[in-house]
Amino acid sequence: MTNIDLLENQRDKLITKRYNKEKRFILIGRLAIALTIMFLTILLGSIVLRGISGFTTTTITFNVTLDKKLIDPESTNDKKVISSARWRKITRDSIYNVLNDMSLVMNGEVLSKAEQKSLVRLFSRSSEYQIRDIVMDDISLVGKTIEVTLPTASEVDQFLKGKIDENLPEDNRPLNNIQISWINHMVDNGMINKTFNSNLFTKGDSRNAEDAGILGALMGSLLALLVCLSISFPLGVMASIYLEEFAPKNKLTDMIEVNINNLAAVPSIVFGLLGLAIFLNVFNLPRSSPLAGGLVLALMTLPTIIISSRAAIKAVPPSIREAAMGLGASKMQSVTHHVLPLAMPGMLTGTIIGMAQALGETAPLLMMGMVAFIVDVPQSITDPSTVLPAQIFLWSDQPERGFEEKTAAAIMVLLGFLLTMNALAVFLRNKFERKW
Amino acid sequence: MFKKLFLIVFFNIVFLGSMQARDQLYVVGSSTVYPFATVVAENFGQKSGMKVPKIESTGSGGGMKLFCKGLGTQHPDITNASRRVKKKEFKKCQENGIDFVEVKVGYDGIVIANSKKSPVMALTKKQIFLALGKDVPEGNKEGGKLIPNPNKKWSDVDPSLPNIAIEVLGPPPTSGTRDAFQELAIEGGCKAFPELKAIKKQDKKKYKSICRAVREDGPFIEAGENDNLIVQKLVENPNAFGVFGFSFLLENADKIQGSTVNGAAPTMAAIADKSYGISRPLYFYVKSAHLDVIPGMREYVAEFTAPDTWGPGGYLEERGMIPMPDEERAKFRADAKNMTALAKR
Repeated sequence: MTNIDLLENQRDKLITKRYNKEKRFILIGRLAIALTIMFLTILLGSIVLRGISGFTTTTITFNVTLDKKLIDPESTNDKKVISSARWRKITRDSIYNVLNDMSLVMNGEVLSKAEQKSLVRLFSRSSEYQIRDIVMDDISLVGKTIEVTLPTASEVDQFLKGKIDENLPEDNRPLNNIQISWINHMVDNGMINKTFNSNLFTKGDSRNAEDAGILGALMGSLLALLVCLSISFPLGVMASIYLEEFAPKNKLTDMIEVNINNLAAVPSIVFGLLGLAIFLNVFNLPRSSPLAGGLVLALMTLPTIIISSRAAIKAVPPSIREAAMGLGASKMQSVTHHVLPLAMPGMLTGTIIGMAQALGETAPLLMMGMVAFIVDVPQSITDPSTVLPAQIFLWSDQPERGFEEKTAAAIMVLLGFLLTMNALAVFLRNKFERKW
Repeated sequence: MFKKLFLIVFFNIVFLGSMQARDQLYVVGSSTVYPFATVVAENFGQKSGMKVPKIESTGSGGGMKLFCKGLGTQHPDITNASRRVKKKEFKKCQENGIDFVEVKVGYDGIVIANSKKSPVMALTKKQIFLALGKDVPEGNKEGGKLIPNPNKKWSDVDPSLPNIAIEVLGPPPTSGTRDAFQELAIEGGCKAFPELKAIKKQDKKKYKSICRAVREDGPFIEAGENDNLIVQKLVENPNAFGVFGFSFLLENADKIQGSTVNGAAPTMAAIADKSYGISRPLYFYVKSAHLDVIPGMREYVAEFTAPDTWGPGGYLEERGMIPMPDEERAKFRADAKNMTALAKR
């Protein structure tokens, strides 16, 4: 063997080693990505699997006899009289009749107290109020027998979704044997149907899983974001323009820059404490209102907006400014007419991402009293309200089983919003961004 | 121009906040009472047509603090508590000129549960103390020197218990459930040792630090305030136990079972007649000065104390609250009706 052969051999070994190193690096990189994708799929998959059934609900259709004697015996047609009628009795009587209608019991046969209770438990606890509201909307119904379609109790819904095991001993499940046999009959008769859960999107919070909805929280989130946007966007953009275009470069502005960057990394709960001390205790803003919540979120998103806006302004080439000034524009004109329009897509992207962040925030709002049981849908920024993530947090701690899928469904809605906002940001960037 | 507009808006916001009259009840307090109070609030709203009260779950102590801060619409009208108001809190309230009515609403049981896949555990308070106390008498025997809890397995505590590692998931110290568990279960077991009980007379502080301390070396795991999470973990790990309120056992009766304590199983009847020893009273406190200012307060209290609500067979019992005996209910209903302010504590 010659020396040259030996050298070549060594060289080949080195090369193979180098190539192997590269291969390993690529492999590890791919593994990391695969792992991330796996975790994301597991996370999203488990949420979707749990939440998808939250978008459907079970309804029951039955006849309600609106006995005039019980509702409005003196034909006053007065809404006050009608609303204070004995709706519980009217509803219960109609419910007891359901079994007769299905000819499950003979006419005249009276249910025992326990059976009556079992039967009533199949219907939503709010049935009597829903029937009252139907009649209040149309008082000409008094004296007639109407067919109503109302949500069933959450347990029935859970049973039909297969979440209650029929084979367990009777006292270990929320439905007893006779209730299950009734449910099966009603399903066969077409009285019980599965429908889209519109309550989820049209109602506020409730302690009955079948009545609970996210509209209140959704409105609260939107109102708070509106307050947040209308304060943080103009302030953020103005601050970044001043810092980037007008402010002198000295120690003071350097300090301010460092502080803004630090502010972006401050834990959000700190902003909540600040909000509690200033907005609630000094300015006496209404507790739990989107106004107070939005102000705190604005403080939180301000640094994000300033940083991204400054980056967007920096990306506008100096030649644009010089050309404008060369033609006699003032500094102000060059900024408002040329720099700002070109930097706007970048600023908007940053703003939307900041808003998306604010949408998912719970910790600072906890201090502002926005994590609370609030049923009425807020109409203005001073009404008490909660926000989507807070609603999810509250539902996740509810003992009733029906809230489990509701929680996951609400998470899906929140994720949907976040995705839409991020997609909008990407779209704006791609559509309006100019490359130099 | 803009400056003027800004100032107007700014001041409007500030004054709107402080001067706005409130037509909605504002309730704060215990997270244990929260699931019951919210049901009452919703029913009250649906029946009366008034706005449904806003209920914040702040914990018993946090609620009292907010409640006693002052009078006026920005302060809460009612606070819920899973224990009686403390002397200190009562004094603070009095100093701020706040009189309030005390209403006891019922009882809540605290259960030590495990998965249905495992056998039901029969515990005594003494065993709970020996398993979860921070310092226990050496050899688990009376008269033993206090040493850091050496028990790793249930069978170390008592040979009759299964040979599995002690693993108990429970609430963090901020929770009222934890307070009650320490006071009723751990201290209850601690008292079974005469020499430890004797300390109470000599040095109350020392007694509390021994008899209410929960071990921090691993077997007791602080699992956060979310009780559903604890239930999930119990299902996954049949050897683990969880500590939480009775309503979660009621809702998850297909997955978990409660251990018996001193021979009594955690059932509604046993908690109500106090044969099951780990239960605590639930209260709410009504600010007297707000009664005629905030609409709906009397009606809300009346709804809470109606027989259909808090009595046997009422809708709160369905949700897992244990009703009080008849005489007690009658007393507090009368107090609530006459709005008799609590005179001393």
